[in-house]
Amino acid sequence: MKIAVCVKHVPEGSSRIDPSSKRLDRSGEGALNHFDANAVEEALRVKGDSDAEVVVLSLGPAKAADSLRKALAMGADRAVLISDDAAAGSDLVATSRLLSAALANESPDLVLFGQQASDADGAVLWAAVAERLQRPVVSQAAELSVAAGTLRVKRQTEFGYDVIEAPLPAVVAVSDAINEPRYPSLKGIMGAKKKPFDTLSLADVGVDAGEAGEAGSKTEVLALADPPARGDARKLEDSGGDSAQAILDFLVEKRLV
Amino acid sequence: MSILVFVEHHGSELQKGSLGVLTKAASLGDPDVAAVLVGGGVKALAPEAAKYGASKVFVVEDDALEPPLPQPRVDALAKVIEDNGYETVLIANSVLAADVAAGLAARIDAGLNWDLVDITSDLVGKRPALQDSVFLEVGWKSTPRIALFRAGSFDASTHDTGQAQIVDVTVDYAEHSQRATVVGQELEESSGPSIEDADIIVAGGRGLGAPESFSLAEELARTLGGAVGATRAVVDAGWYPYSAQIGQTGKVVSPKLYVALGISGAIQHKVGMQTSNVIVSINKDANAPIFEFSDLGVVGDVHEIVPKLTELIKQRKS
Repeated sequence: MKIAVCVKHVPEGSSRIDPSSKRLDRSGEGALNHFDANAVEEALRVKGDSDAEVVVLSLGPAKAADSLRKALAMGADRAVLISDDAAAGSDLVATSRLLSAALANESPDLVLFGQQASDADGAVLWAAVAERLQRPVVSQAAELSVAAGTLRVKRQTEFGYDVIEAPLPAVVAVSDAINEPRYPSLKGIMGAKKKPFDTLSLADVGVDAGEAGEAGSKTEVLALADPPARGDARKLEDSGGDSAQAILDFLVEKRLV
Repeated sequence: MSILVFVEHHGSELQKGSLGVLTKAASLGDPDVAAVLVGGGVKALAPEAAKYGASKVFVVEDDALEPPLPQPRVDALAKVIEDNGYETVLIANSVLAADVAAGLAARIDAGLNWDLVDITSDLVGKRPALQDSVFLEVGWKSTPRIALFRAGSFDASTHDTGQAQIVDVTVDYAEHSQRATVVGQELEESSGPSIEDADIIVAGGRGLGAPESFSLAEELARTLGGAVGATRAVVDAGWYPYSAQIGQTGKVVSPKLYVALGISGAIQHKVGMQTSNVIVSINKDANAPIFEFSDLGVVGDVHEIVPKLTELIKQRKS
């Protein structure tokens, strides 16, 4: 069995949007998106002692290699980085096109994603990738098991849980409630340096430059604005519950009661 | 242009978030606003959807579609869009709807802007970014366009033309859309509105002190006609179910009133609720970050204040 995990290298610390490009500034330090660490962990758990292969895959700048190395140090077997200047600024349509092209070449039985990217708060990519690959998709997976070529997932929803089954090959986005990611051991970190690592261009994955980056995107950021300011904030010191009336008066004034 | 709104339902109830988006769509000045309902028993819900400003309601009635799976819904929406030439598709976010929107974007090669809190009549979306510290104005370079809106972005209000046309649609499902099946469901007991649908949310954090103290939040929520939310810390601690979790790894909500009980206001929670219209917070720690983005902050003990507040509201309502 082959398991592919799609991971993202995200900026660390306080991030900013470059006012000229209107893109997230990715020039500073970065790290493996922590939701994706859950997906890597889950792939390693599904693999267990079997001879399954875990491939980690990322789309990003050259520095994204750091995040892939971390996944290798955790125990993944091989890494693929799609890195090309022409891919910068890809939106959902373009990103899903690039990732699914690379995934189609890998032809994994199971594709895993983390449930969101901590930088863009995006939580939609897997469904677009699954559609392009024409595979079943299940998101918000709180539990996952694979037996006899069938996937069983417990999905968290607004109303409780759904238990969903799908035959492999399939795409799953895991919730961060699914496991506790391991820390790479020193041995793992040293071993990661010797593991296979491929860097691919757009041409390597078979996508034209016009289909990637801003050229291949269908959405655009038009302007940046400040968030709307809150009105006059009030603060009270309570003593023995005496503020209850003031809270009620406030709610009445705001027509909320 | 022309606008299609995916209206989600749960059981026999249309989701209020979807109806809010439909209300918004009807206010954008386009005469051709349609709703699409997909599932088992949805034909009976079509007249209700029509009341929120749709001139047409497309009905994909199929019992096989009742399980909440996204991919057959992508087939259904793609069929309605392709047959009728809808240029703009508006969707209220949910676990199901996010996957429908993204699958549809890939299927019909449409731009998807997500986590929007507003849209203008010239179709510029507003998206809070970087923990809501910046608001991006986003657009589409081509049609069809898809917009996914944050829960609670718009109020639902009826605007019944009385003339809505109800159109039955038959869909051929893609082979890959039928491979996943729902084999079981565990639904959590809930009384009152769901977090996505609630105008008022009373949320509890660690400052409640113990799981039993969630009854304070529940009682206040019931009195206000709202839903109960929780922080990640208390969900992780097992005090409250995940379905109530608000924040970066839970739900992002935008109710009319958000009451934060014993919540410090860590950034991971803040991103889930700070676009609420009015925020009232009660916390013992005068330096809690929650006070920086509250409209009314009360430094005090939730155990002393909340029972009195609940009682006062009950008296006023009776």
